[in-house]
Amino acid sequence: MLNFIVRRLIYLVPVLLAVSLLTFLIASLLPGDLAYVILGDQATPEKVAALRHDMGLDQPMWWRYLSWVGQVLQGDLGRSFRTGQTVLQAVAERIPVSIELMLLAEIIGLVIGVPLAIACAARAGSAFDRFMTGGAFAMLSVPSFLSAILLIYLFAVELRWLPATGYVPLTEDPIANLRFFVLPALTLALAEWPGIMRVLRSDMIATLQEDYISLAKAKGLKPSRILFVHALKPSSLTLVTITGINIGRLIGGALIVESIFALPGIGRLLVGAIYTRDLIILQGVVLLVASGFVIMNFIVDMLYAVLDPRIRHGHA
Amino acid sequence: MNGALLSIQDVAVELPTPRGNLRAVDHVDLTLEAGRTLGVVGESGCGKTMLSRAILQLLPKKAKLTGRVMFDGRDLARLDPESLRELRGRDLAVVFQDPMTSLNPVLTIGTQLMETIQEHLELDAPAAKRRSIDLLTAVGIPAPEQRLAQYPHQCSGGMRQRIAIAIAMSCEPKLLIADEPTTALDVTIQAQILDLLAREQRRRHMAMILITHDLGVVAGRTDEVAVMYAGRVVERAPTPTLFKRMHMPYTEALLAAIPKLETAPHTPLPAISGRPPDPTRPLPGCAFAPRCRYAAGRCHQAKPDLSAAETAGHFYACFHPIQMAEDVGA
Repeated sequence: MLNFIVRRLIYLVPVLLAVSLLTFLIASLLPGDLAYVILGDQATPEKVAALRHDMGLDQPMWWRYLSWVGQVLQGDLGRSFRTGQTVLQAVAERIPVSIELMLLAEIIGLVIGVPLAIACAARAGSAFDRFMTGGAFAMLSVPSFLSAILLIYLFAVELRWLPATGYVPLTEDPIANLRFFVLPALTLALAEWPGIMRVLRSDMIATLQEDYISLAKAKGLKPSRILFVHALKPSSLTLVTITGINIGRLIGGALIVESIFALPGIGRLLVGAIYTRDLIILQGVVLLVASGFVIMNFIVDMLYAVLDPRIRHGHA
Repeated sequence: MNGALLSIQDVAVELPTPRGNLRAVDHVDLTLEAGRTLGVVGESGCGKTMLSRAILQLLPKKAKLTGRVMFDGRDLARLDPESLRELRGRDLAVVFQDPMTSLNPVLTIGTQLMETIQEHLELDAPAAKRRSIDLLTAVGIPAPEQRLAQYPHQCSGGMRQRIAIAIAMSCEPKLLIADEPTTALDVTIQAQILDLLAREQRRRHMAMILITHDLGVVAGRTDEVAVMYAGRVVERAPTPTLFKRMHMPYTEALLAAIPKLETAPHTPLPAISGRPPDPTRPLPGCAFAPRCRYAAGRCHQAKPDLSAAETAGHFYACFHPIQMAEDVGA
């Protein structure tokens, strides 16, 4: 098992290097000179040249990349030239919002998706199964911004149960905090559960055809035990993958949903950095988010091993 | 039914296929008394596995079962799911063909053994564990205590089949169905597994149905043999009678197809030519007629019924039986 972890950790190194290179290239290849962005259009060429020199922009690209990676490895991701905040400060300030949103959305998505998937797989082909599969497909085609607007209209405008926009830190008032999170988390979950349900349902249907399920029936086990113990665990590998990918994706913030509900998360930070051409923040945040994604996938690999002993023992 | 543990009466199984209904089992009658063993022999696709699934009520959802499967005085085909569940695993157990796929890969051997025991017997976890260790010892697994914590992929095929047998025997079933229990195993392991089954069957006084395509497997290990072809029982006899004086050309052909040590090298094996008939297109006559070297006109027009032979308990379905009294005398 330790061997397995170490092997996977070694795989992470080239992936993270590639991520850093791509991030750097995206930020560097954007049109427009960073010095002009900072100084404004009216800046004199001398001032621009001086700033370019200070920032190292007159160096060749490979040199800039290496020195950036060197700084990053020392924990210095740079500092916004607009707010003066370091990348790490900006991210630390906003990441609790994105993580809370992501966790709530995933929990709601799983709570809706997993039981429905099991119920559908147990009665594959029934009217209930066909209705739910069709419903999931329909939900999959509803974009978040539309469901966000519909949810705001229903719960905030018509029923007045929940606030439409805003944010209170969890530490200040947990109840109010949760009230602000319900609608955005639900919006994301509405887009997540159909995927969760569809993959788990089809994996589960395949598992239920296995010989060992026939044997479990022949052993006279209760149907609930067959479904939850014998079928769910071997069917959940794909589920873990897509949950992991979803979480990884949402670490970077749900750009649209955070913007609609005015949640100060990573997504809003990124959108703001793009609008203000705050390249240092952009580059640093993208790198952190991409690393988070890669690490999330590493955790998913580890979970595979927990779920399937054959992977743990290097058989599969 | 006159004291029989299992009595299969007029059982037929039909499976819908895109090419029409497939009659996998065609009006089969069989009985088995407590503690006795029955061999069911036939080629692949002759309906023997479907017959075992019909007894276990594990047929595919779309399959249609008619007839009665009386087990211990109750018709399994009409039993409510809860009573059936209580019966399965406790009184009625099964060993499947392929131990590589019949054990759950993500659960430990201990879990898979103990869950059956705890489902049917009122035992707490430590007692169930002790019983599991005893069972593994009985089926010849070394270091049973360590095995409990292991997963199926950590065991060899023969080992897994021993574990599957231990699971099947865990609640002292009255009937054990072994569906080609050695087909997926190495030849060297096959005899060990068959001997283990025979030994445990006698020791626990279980009734057993041994399903196989190999007549050699049932010889000496069963009390009675039923030969199946195209979904029907075509010959049934006490095992010694069958081997001494078989009447069905199909049984003869099956026996001839077993390789023998004394034949000279490179002698072609007298395999049965042709293939079993398409079960979605039943023939009007005897299903074996197209492949039978004794077949004559009548064989292609009418189906022979299962009729009694001169020895008690021997039945055959053939218009031109071989080894009849007059042939032997001649």
